[in-house]
Amino acid sequence: MKRIFTTLALIAAAGPALACETVTTGPLEVSRAWSRASIGTARPGVVYLTIRNSGTADDALMSITTPAADMPMLHQTVMTDGIASMPHAMEVPVPAGGQVALEPGGYHAMLMDLTQVLEEGETFPVTLTFSDAGEVTIPVTVQNIGASEPTCTSPDE
Amino acid sequence: MRLTTLQKFLWAAVAVALVAMGAAFLLVDRSPEPIAQAAFRPTFSLPDAGGRLRTPADFEGKHLLVFFGFTNCPDICPTTLAEVAQVMDDLGDQAGEVQPLFISIDPERDREMGLAEYTEAFHPSILGLAGDAAQTRAAADSFRIYYEREANLEALDGYAMSHSPGLYLISPEGDWLGQFTYGTPASEIVADLQARL
Repeated sequence: MKRIFTTLALIAAAGPALACETVTTGPLEVSRAWSRASIGTARPGVVYLTIRNSGTADDALMSITTPAADMPMLHQTVMTDGIASMPHAMEVPVPAGGQVALEPGGYHAMLMDLTQVLEEGETFPVTLTFSDAGEVTIPVTVQNIGASEPTCTSPDE
Repeated sequence: MRLTTLQKFLWAAVAVALVAMGAAFLLVDRSPEPIAQAAFRPTFSLPDAGGRLRTPADFEGKHLLVFFGFTNCPDICPTTLAEVAQVMDDLGDQAGEVQPLFISIDPERDREMGLAEYTEAFHPSILGLAGDAAQTRAAADSFRIYYEREANLEALDGYAMSHSPGLYLISPEGDWLGQFTYGTPASEIVADLQARL
């Protein structure tokens, strides 16, 4: 009996780390939001997430805000002839019936002027503003500084 | 058998062709450069976070896994260093035969922000090097890689860096062995290294 309780306790403890929250606004579903732990607040942080559009009209992510940073902005890492640069992305297109991922080496939200140290295991809210679907807020899970993908699973997995 | 004029001419043409081919063969055969010239040995002379000047000779007997980057880089640099950390963990007992180096292309700011705490956060084996502008340019030129500081008013301190983000592999003798382009899975890098160690 004790073993069952221990197992249940372990499942309960492991639960939040295994499933990232999914939020929706209109036909958009945002999931797999994660970040990396920061060393202090001097260097920029990052936010990665996935946006799925089940609607019939294209939409676009226009901006983000978060209490964790004073100057969050959307960027895209671009590789041209083997050179990586990181221009500001005016918007991130979310095609009708498709999805877009903010992920390492592509689109990402860069958190300039962190207001707090991003500690592994904690979460912080990020509010996304879409061209048509409006605003939605999602909790972002802070993973290890060496993480390269979300530890949580997507809704399909 | 008597040869017609045309036949004599044709046989002469064959002879000329054979001589020409032989000459060409000999010339081609001599064309490879001496091995000493063909080997590509990138080098560097850069201080580590403690101020000690490091050159490839310091790491004799080890393979070098070299990345040029900057600590104020939110996307590609952490992703690549995380991959290097994975490679070092996966190498297990053989990790001691590989030295990962992080060469800063934004050395002044990286020293101010803390080079060692940054590299160690990913893996204790990664050694950060940050020289002055001339040392940094010399190292990048030697590796034949590109980096540039771009004015960007939105970026921290008003500038951002663009750069070649590959991982470069150098043999224990200092010879260039190749590069792993950005996004090469850690497992592929580990397999390549294990075949060499």
